[in-house]
Amino acid sequence: MLDFSILTTYYDLFFKGFLTTIEVSIIGLICSFILGVIVAVMRIAPLRILNYFGTCFVEFIRNIPLIIIVFFFYHGLSVYINLSGFAAGTIGLSIYTAAFIAEAVRAGIQSVDKGQMEAARSSGLKYIQAMRYVILPQAVKIVIPPIGNQFINLVKNSSILGVVAGMELMYFADYIHEKTYVTFDTYIFAAMFYLVLTIPLSLFVNYLERRLARSY
Amino acid sequence: MDFIGAYSSGNLGYLFKGFLITLEVAVISIILSFLIGSLLGTIRYAKIPVLSKVVAVIVETIRNLPLLLIIFFVYFGLREVGLKLEIIPAAIMALTIFESAMISEIVRSGLNSIEKGQIEAARSSGLTYIQTMWHIILPQALKRMIPPLVSQFISLLKDTSLAVVITLPEMFHNAQGIYNGNFNFVIPLFLLVAIIYFIVNYALSLVARALEKRLDTEGKHRGRGSGKKPKSLSGQLSS
Repeated sequence: MLDFSILTTYYDLFFKGFLTTIEVSIIGLICSFILGVIVAVMRIAPLRILNYFGTCFVEFIRNIPLIIIVFFFYHGLSVYINLSGFAAGTIGLSIYTAAFIAEAVRAGIQSVDKGQMEAARSSGLKYIQAMRYVILPQAVKIVIPPIGNQFINLVKNSSILGVVAGMELMYFADYIHEKTYVTFDTYIFAAMFYLVLTIPLSLFVNYLERRLARSY
Repeated sequence: MDFIGAYSSGNLGYLFKGFLITLEVAVISIILSFLIGSLLGTIRYAKIPVLSKVVAVIVETIRNLPLLLIIFFVYFGLREVGLKLEIIPAAIMALTIFESAMISEIVRSGLNSIEKGQIEAARSSGLTYIQTMWHIILPQALKRMIPPLVSQFISLLKDTSLAVVITLPEMFHNAQGIYNGNFNFVIPLFLLVAIIYFIVNYALSLVARALEKRLDTEGKHRGRGSGKKPKSLSGQLSS
């Protein structure tokens, strides 16, 4: 059976890590959302050079492992600037997730029929107005579920901070396991902390998916 | 930054050795997780009374955990309860556990995306359940599964690098080994490893796109009633 004394003895570390995981996830979501939307707009803007840079960013980042991006900020830049594990991890996570969010946002905007833009423009709206009042409200509905899924991935991926001493759940699980030599139970408890976050999120995203699908 | 020193033939050879381990672990895990994932996905789709529920709980639990935690758990945690795995089998097992859960979800939603009416139509025209699945549902579902499956395989290839935490001697592990000796090599090595990953994964995604397009046009030909039997599709059936 599970040895609950690990949980009662080290609950402060588990909680500290748990809170940092939440913190990283929220900071990561905000940063990657902003960056992702910027890149998505670059990809669909009517300017060839911007499209090109946007596409390069998305394709390059999506096709390389997260751990390499994180270690690039942690080790790679250490010659020039010393980032803490927390900072390096959060920056790496944000950039990585931004590529996926950019793809989701672009797909959402492009899934709105082109005729709508033309109709809006010919009824006298400017490009920005047409985007703001006609295209985006429809795109948001399509984009929310995939962004929700990316957020779940972000929460799970935040465990990468554990390998760069980012002081989150995975790091403390590792720390406790090294201190007590109790591995099985420690990781099971860490898993439960992750599930407390991710299972409600998954259910919520599923609910949103069904709800938004019905509203058409 | 020292590009010339970093890309000495000794270093490149060492990286290549790591790359082969990356490929080995990834390919074995892809095959295993595709088989297990298909089985689990089909069980959930078929709604077998108790079994499907049990599989659903296991799959959802694994899908909602970080892979890193599963890797640690398989290597260190299982050691405590008597299952001592070497590094490579442990990496393969952890990746297979995680990716099977992901793939089972792709298979399940692929099967679910085929209209139920088709099963009823096939069954009422005299096919057995197995025949219906094999000749009617699976060929259509497979087509829809290819894009998400390939992106899952790309994820798996990328995720292999996480096994660096249990010192799997893969490409990134070897790169770390080199730059720990000389920090002037850090950025050149990061660039090289990233570019290798990019080339392999981007090539995979291009193949997926081409495959998707090809299967799609064949679907259209059939739709127009051109009587041509789609070759690759029948190939899929017989394989």
